[in-house]
Amino acid sequence: MKVLVPVKEIATVEDEFEIDGTAIDERFLGADLNEWDDYAIEEAVQLQEDGVVDEVVTVTIGDEDTEQTIRQALAKGADRAIRVWDDALEDLDLLDVGAKVAILEQVVADEEPDLVLTGVQSGDDSFGATGVALAEAVGYQWAAVVNQLDLDGDTASVHRELEGGIEELTDVEVPAVLTIQTGINEPRYASLRGIRMAQRKDLDHQTLADLDVDPEAIAGDLNLTAMYEPESESDTTVFEGSADDTAGQLADLLRDAGVAQ
Amino acid sequence: MTDVLAVAEHRQGELRDVSRELVTAGSELAAETGGDLHVAVIAGDVDAYAEALSLEGVDTVHTVAYGEEFNHDVYTQVVIQLFDELAPSYLLTPNSVNGLDYAPAVATRLDLPLVTDAIDLETAGETLVATREMYGGKVETTTEVEADTVAVTIRGAEWPAAETGGDPAVEAFDADVEEGAIGSTVTGFEEVAGGDVDITEADLLVSVGRGIEEEENLELIEKLADALDATLSSSRPIVDAGWLPANRQVGQSGKVVTPEVYIAIGISGAVQHVAGMKGSDTIVAINTDPNAPIMDIADYAIQDDLFDVVPALIEEFQ
Ligand SMILES: Cc1cc2nc3c(=O)[nH]c(=O)nc-3n(C[C@H](O)[C@H](O)[C@H](O)COP(=O)(O)OP(=O)(O)OC[C@H]3O[C@@H](n4cnc5c(N)ncnc54)[C@H](O)[C@@H]3O)c2cc1C
Ligand SMILES: Nc1ncnc2c1ncn2[C@@H]1O[C@H](COP(=O)(O)O)[C@@H](O)[C@H]1O
Repeated sequence: MKVLVPVKEIATVEDEFEIDGTAIDERFLGADLNEWDDYAIEEAVQLQEDGVVDEVVTVTIGDEDTEQTIRQALAKGADRAIRVWDDALEDLDLLDVGAKVAILEQVVADEEPDLVLTGVQSGDDSFGATGVALAEAVGYQWAAVVNQLDLDGDTASVHRELEGGIEELTDVEVPAVLTIQTGINEPRYASLRGIRMAQRKDLDHQTLADLDVDPEAIAGDLNLTAMYEPESESDTTVFEGSADDTAGQLADLLRDAGVAQ
Repeated sequence: MTDVLAVAEHRQGELRDVSRELVTAGSELAAETGGDLHVAVIAGDVDAYAEALSLEGVDTVHTVAYGEEFNHDVYTQVVIQLFDELAPSYLLTPNSVNGLDYAPAVATRLDLPLVTDAIDLETAGETLVATREMYGGKVETTTEVEADTVAVTIRGAEWPAAETGGDPAVEAFDADVEEGAIGSTVTGFEEVAGGDVDITEADLLVSVGRGIEEEENLELIEKLADALDATLSSSRPIVDAGWLPANRQVGQSGKVVTPEVYIAIGISGAVQHVAGMKGSDTIVAINTDPNAPIMDIADYAIQDDLFDVVPALIEEFQ
């Protein structure tokens, strides 16, 4: 059995930042492996360790800088990686779900995985939709927000985490795309040996032409037209001063409210 | 003229709140252009749901009595057939766990651009303008969608729930569900274990988030909870890491709490967390990041390092 894990490098924002047009000024941005994808990688690697899965392949749509994040996934145990990037992607200010799917569906067609494990959402633009949209595009079954997975032959028995502490138990036919929720496992830290080995693993760069992706399909219909800091919804009283001062003010508040003595 | 098709959500016999919020969002959109609002309700006691959905602004409720509970294959097939039949401009679904289990598939099949987790919607001529958050709520964005037809999932609790009764037509839609194409089966539901403490009963909650960094540091927050005689709760990463049991988690997938005072320590205030605590009488946030969303919804905020403030606060109560 083969597992494909779409892995995203997300942009992180510093506490204080400035907005430049419809993006955060690059000076205030960092990069990280998407939290949800970390759990998806771990799930795939554990399936491999259990002998259920033979190969774990990651795929990332991202520029060359994302290779540091891809190597992290390789260091945690993925066997090889595909990175898709193209000049045509450079100018897009938003890679929407349709565009991601247009690319990822070609990768699925090439790799023919039995399972695709995406994250529930990306921590930066949070569409929360790529996995299920991809499943439909490639004709796989799917389940969104999976926090428990048991594979038995051609059936994936999953728990889907619904709202309010309720889980739905669902059987899904394989091949399937599952969107993985945090907490499903305990992601490992990459070992030194893993990091060394990752340097030698295959990281294959592909362009849109390599994958036969129609450039029209990635243009997308969504245009980001503005970005701004949200207006505060409530009148917030900010306690000022040293930690002792602010702690004192909070203590008074709690005593006045009668919830603490 | 733009018609809107909104798909209601229910679970275990109850219409979920977001269904009435969808009606508000949908009727606003439809009213902007003089179009109709169609509401679909699929599976379960659809007649009872249709009655509850007979709200002002709704033109027609389409019922599909197939199955009892949500199944994404059934929803996907039915919504596609309804869309083909009604030819609306906008498809609206909840940005819920189940909404995200079929809306992206419908959008893919119908080749509709998809906007998820919208917190506001407007039309400017033929263009739909959606407001969304990015970076965990640190910024808002507007997205324009240049297409005649668009699929949108809306965030819960952003639109008021429609409450005024109306008199829509209720029509049974004769969907043709292809059983062979159903590749998933819901076999049951499970409630996450109760456990030792009921955080929903507490008057004062001391709640800890990822800002605590290490499991060893949790002791500091436990000491504070003891000093204040408060109950300890947390955001999701603390439970994911196994540092606290699941019954302590506040939020969308945890518990909804309404204490007199909620003290959020090192918690950013992601929407899924806020869903569980925004009903608290008084919200206090301790966070180093002035731009963390929790600082906006807090009544009182301390912008400082928790490792300085919490010891000082413990001191106050000893
Ligand atoms: C389907 C779904 C369901 C979810 N359900 C839930 C749920 O039920 N509950 C929930 O909580 N989340 C839930 N989440 C996760 C949610 O999206 C966030 O990832 C999570 O709430 C973040 O937790 P946090 O605020 O503790 O961590 P972070 O977002 O990492 O925030 C940590 C905060 O600590 C601050 N900080 C860091 N160091 C310090 C310091 N020394 N002193 C003071 N402050 C400091 C930082 O400025 C930051 O604001 C869900 C997500 C999904 C997709
Ligand atoms: N640029 C990308 N490259 C690879 N996978 C991605 C990318 N963007 C999103 N994904 C996958 O899709 C999941 C959901 O992302 P999204 O729908 O963008 O919130 C992520 O957790 C990844 O598994």
